[in-house]
Amino acid sequence: MLEVEEQDKFGDHLFASGHTACPGCGQSLAARLVLRAAGRNVIVVNSTGCLEVFSSKYPESAWEVPWLHSLFENTAAVAAGIEAALKINGQLDKVRVIAQGGDGSTADIGLGAISGMFERGHDVLYICYDNEAYMNTGIQRSGLTPYYARTTTSPPGRVSMGNWRPKKDVPQIAVAHEIPYVATASVGYHLDLDRKIRRALSIRGPKYMQIHVPCPLGWGSDPAHTIDIARLAVNTGLYPLYEVEEGETKVQKIPRKVPVEEYLKLQTRFRHLFGKNGGKKELEEIQRIADRNIEKYGLIGK
Amino acid sequence: MVKGRMLQGARAMAEMVALCRPKVISAYPITPQTLIVEELSQIVADGDLEAEFINVEGEHSAASVCLGACAAGARVFTCSSSQGILLMSEVIFNISGMRLPVVMICVNRSVSAPLNIWNDQQDSMILRDSGWIQLYAENNQETCDLLLQAYRIAEDHRVMLPVMVCADGYVLPHAYEIVDLPDQEKADAFLPFYEPIYKLDVENPSTMGAYADPEKYMETRYMIQETLKKSIPIVEEVARDFSNTFARPSYGLFENYHVDDSSTVVVALGSMAGTIKDAIDELRTEGEKVGLLRMICYRPFPKEALYEALRNAVNIVVIEKDISLGASGAVATDMRAIFQGRDASPRISGFVIGLGGRDVTIDDIKLAIKKAQQQFEDADFIGLKEELELEGIDA
Repeated sequence: MLEVEEQDKFGDHLFASGHTACPGCGQSLAARLVLRAAGRNVIVVNSTGCLEVFSSKYPESAWEVPWLHSLFENTAAVAAGIEAALKINGQLDKVRVIAQGGDGSTADIGLGAISGMFERGHDVLYICYDNEAYMNTGIQRSGLTPYYARTTTSPPGRVSMGNWRPKKDVPQIAVAHEIPYVATASVGYHLDLDRKIRRALSIRGPKYMQIHVPCPLGWGSDPAHTIDIARLAVNTGLYPLYEVEEGETKVQKIPRKVPVEEYLKLQTRFRHLFGKNGGKKELEEIQRIADRNIEKYGLIGK
Repeated sequence: MVKGRMLQGARAMAEMVALCRPKVISAYPITPQTLIVEELSQIVADGDLEAEFINVEGEHSAASVCLGACAAGARVFTCSSSQGILLMSEVIFNISGMRLPVVMICVNRSVSAPLNIWNDQQDSMILRDSGWIQLYAENNQETCDLLLQAYRIAEDHRVMLPVMVCADGYVLPHAYEIVDLPDQEKADAFLPFYEPIYKLDVENPSTMGAYADPEKYMETRYMIQETLKKSIPIVEEVARDFSNTFARPSYGLFENYHVDDSSTVVVALGSMAGTIKDAIDELRTEGEKVGLLRMICYRPFPKEALYEALRNAVNIVVIEKDISLGASGAVATDMRAIFQGRDASPRISGFVIGLGGRDVTIDDIKLAIKKAQQQFEDADFIGLKEELELEGIDA
């Protein structure tokens, strides 16, 4: 029985091994960290996407907590319904509801349902695993695909340098709903991620967390470097880690500014920026985004 | 003395929903459904029903909230019309695929374009293939009676499928009629608390909505098909129990109005049955052998019962408020399929009527019957305004 107690102490088994994620998948690691922090008294609602597909192929399931998948865009609404049922049945004091999906289901097709769930004040933690494109359908551009990234629907070509728009700022859209807790996190910083999940679940009402999760397949990165790449995104200033609680922003500082090239050159989705046909202007623009984040959030301590 | 109270249809339906004690109600406003959810929200606001009333940002989410709450073990209710039904349709299929006993009212209305808020049945007909049980009501009393039965049928462990009660927009929810509603005690006795087979439960975790590859998916469809076939006698059984409990007829699969001695039988659904019965009464006084089979349970489609009821008819006259554009009316197509390869071989004509709220008159019904008695007609539109220029149609 000691074995079970040890397991429960860490909760690693709540998202069990044996699923079919790719090697080096940032999302599967983040999902395991989320459940480890959340514990067993949660009901998880999952959008259609990689995480759903690699964890729930009938008759197998990686989920040792109650888990439901419905559709692509309705996860926040389904979670709201579960929360309402728990509330009317007096179970909401001991059970938490987590809704989760990828960046496509969050920033694009499901944003309306998420906004509705926030606005109505449901006691739900919504988690976006942000791997910056529609990976499950084959690496298509989403609203969270970064500037100049190659995807299968934003390919660089004779008249294009890849994705033509910067990332949609969904965390600040969440902040604008004046919900009690919004945070960004990275799979590269698991202690920070763990703390934020625990903090979020200690607060009643709607919460939003966006976790940066490298996708070796979609980003063209070495599966062995998932954690390094996730950390580089943070340390360049491209993925600022912060939390907004009751309107107050707290920032995870970075030790020193790392040039964006250090992050970008490890991923083939940005390879066209380093070729002989230029990319200097685009690299400067991406650096400006990082610099603006460092300035805006005060990422470097004075 | 007539039992009951003079109530607007929407109020009666809302009171009946409350008597069914749903724990979670979610809806989005759309004409002509809105009156029902306004009444329900008042009932909840007054504390007369202990339920969570969730005002969502669209019908897709209304159905999704119900899906989630039902998966968590709660009895739920939603209702919509027209574009709302279409927007919900993705979730509608998901709910039946997940075997969740959601109950909803479809307040029938036309679909755009052009925008038209009036009654026909194109919206619910589009969802006939969704795996939901569909029950069509003639009047407000029957809508309420079917609602109570709908939860019993849906939550029956032999069924575990959602039920859609269809009520013609404006004609029913906006009309005042005398409606006899049961008291709470009697409603509770007929409809016990919902006991799910599976639910989201931290004490007993399960995975719901797993994905199925080609080795598994087809069996899920087969199981729904077989369950729907087996639910035909359950629909009848619940109607019989309702009739016995409340001393009021509930017809189950369909209502038989002078079918047995008629050579010409009209088949129709919903509120226009009243007009059709008037037409039939007039024709019968003139000596014509005409009857009406008013279909209530359209899905599952009770093929054998319909064949037996109609096998002696010479002319079957399907009159419906929907059209599968480019083909025929949905009900006419289904009716013809019943007789394919069987001994009985009546002529089955199809008429499209009353689209977008166009008035359905006794003369229209008589015209359809007369045409069908003369020759076979397929998807013949009754009541077109000949004076309107029909662009693109050669004279």
